[in-house]
Amino acid sequence: MQVNDELVDQLSTLARLTFKPEEKEGIKTDLQKMISFIEKLNELDTTGVEPLLFMSDEVNVLREDEVKGSITREEGLLNAPLRDDKFFKVPKVIRK
Amino acid sequence: MDVNGKYEAVIGLEVHAQLQTQSKLFSGDSASFGAEPNTHISPITLAHPGTLPKTNKKAVEYAIMMGLACNCEIERYNYFARKNYFYPDLPKGYQVSQHTTPICKGGYVSIKTKDAERNVQLNRIHLEEDAGKSIHDADDNYTCIDLNRAGVPLIEIVTEPDMHSAEEAFQYVTEIRKLVRWIGVCDGNMEEGSLRCDANVSIRLKGETTLGTKVEVKNLNSIRNVKKAIEYEIDRMIGMVEKGETIIQQTRSFDADNDTTFAIRDKEEANDYRYFPEPDLTPFLLTEEFIAGIQARLPALPQVLFAKYKLLGLSEYDAHQMCDDKATAAYFEQAIAYSKNYKAIVNWMTGPLRQVVNEQNISFNELSITPKTLADLVTIVEEGKVNFSVASLKVLPVLLSNPVKGPLQVAEELNLIQVSGSADIENWVNEVLAKMPDKVVEYKKGKKGLIGLFVGEIKKVSKGKADPKKATQLLEEKLR
Repeated sequence: MQVNDELVDQLSTLARLTFKPEEKEGIKTDLQKMISFIEKLNELDTTGVEPLLFMSDEVNVLREDEVKGSITREEGLLNAPLRDDKFFKVPKVIRK
Repeated sequence: MDVNGKYEAVIGLEVHAQLQTQSKLFSGDSASFGAEPNTHISPITLAHPGTLPKTNKKAVEYAIMMGLACNCEIERYNYFARKNYFYPDLPKGYQVSQHTTPICKGGYVSIKTKDAERNVQLNRIHLEEDAGKSIHDADDNYTCIDLNRAGVPLIEIVTEPDMHSAEEAFQYVTEIRKLVRWIGVCDGNMEEGSLRCDANVSIRLKGETTLGTKVEVKNLNSIRNVKKAIEYEIDRMIGMVEKGETIIQQTRSFDADNDTTFAIRDKEEANDYRYFPEPDLTPFLLTEEFIAGIQARLPALPQVLFAKYKLLGLSEYDAHQMCDDKATAAYFEQAIAYSKNYKAIVNWMTGPLRQVVNEQNISFNELSITPKTLADLVTIVEEGKVNFSVASLKVLPVLLSNPVKGPLQVAEELNLIQVSGSADIENWVNEVLAKMPDKVVEYKKGKKGLIGLFVGEIKKVSKGKADPKKATQLLEEKLR
């Protein structure tokens, strides 16, 4: 897989990250290295092998429908960078 | 606008239904609606590092219930996936959903429109978590976030692009709402957002088999608005095509103030949600026994009862009325265990009792009169002990405020038992005829309509106890 500017732009859009143009070159090289490293796995013939989705064999870890484990609003808002006494606050999403 | 029937609309609906569980899908926070903002939160809901979600068993059961009610195939091997996107009311930066293995596959929902009865094909029903709420108008400079709703269990019911008119979509959502309420998995309240609908609409020339460019309409917070928005959208698209314009793939929102839609975003680039299996949640396997257990607990569905009631001899209309909601059907079911006079029970339930239910704004299961009492009431009318109007106007009000008493007891206490013995009735008839000699003359001259007046008068003097049929019979004999 070829890492080009377009791919880096697309990924940064999806990740909501912005890079300076001079950073981009470095990112491109790093990403290319990582992808090439992982691509090595493609050499393995996995025909007929079911994908392994979970590392643990555990299944059906379900809980009963009970209300418990909540924290107070004050505790919940404690680490918020921006807040008032009721809400988390973020930059305006929709301007009215 | 239907330019001489040239076009065909193709509609698919996505309905999100909040499951009526006590707690959220992956955490023990309360899932109830209407609490103070940010009071149903936990480190899991807030997406703090090091937390581990755990799936709510009840939510899984509810999803299966809906699947069974919609004739779906139930997936035995289930796992969740992360749907990655950024939005402030999505604390984790991904929504946990079922991407690859929806818990219910295929299936259909039967709908009735004016013209026909048909099955709307479903694509899938899957489990997922709800997002929080963004409040845009509480603060001038910021958007406020309430995470009470974040993590509340949802099922998303997705149809195939299988509907062709706004009317069909209207009937479909009506049916879905009835069904979720019937089986008790969701309260179906569209205004509070516990049932939400998005519509995918496209048009094509009749006879075409490929789908046209679709537009997704959101913010449809009532069934009427689903219909209005689709109607508007079909017209708008036909208008565009007729003018030679190209329809672009968009997400639009319905504006309930003027029944139109407006674009909220163009989908130029396909969304890239980068789904992958959620490593924090173990897969869950559904056994035959587990599914069979849920099937056994599923209440009899409206279409089944409808068929049963028609076999009992009810008209299509009456049968439909009795399956209107689960409480009505349950009441009817119990009443018919005590009386075989089905039609009379329907008449009470659609007449006097319906009025009480409406006035008190309750459902049939909250009615103070039990189905057994109703059946007894039907029986004393059937036996001619009281007539229907006396039973509904005099006996019913007493029963409503004093449900312990039986109808017969009340009728006796109020001295309302109809007398059909000829001696008593003859006395009343003679009394009335003696009181109105001039009317008797008029009647004899041919004014036969006066019989009603005489009967009415007899009802009065007998305080409703004279059997009107017998009285009429006697009157006719005497006036011959």
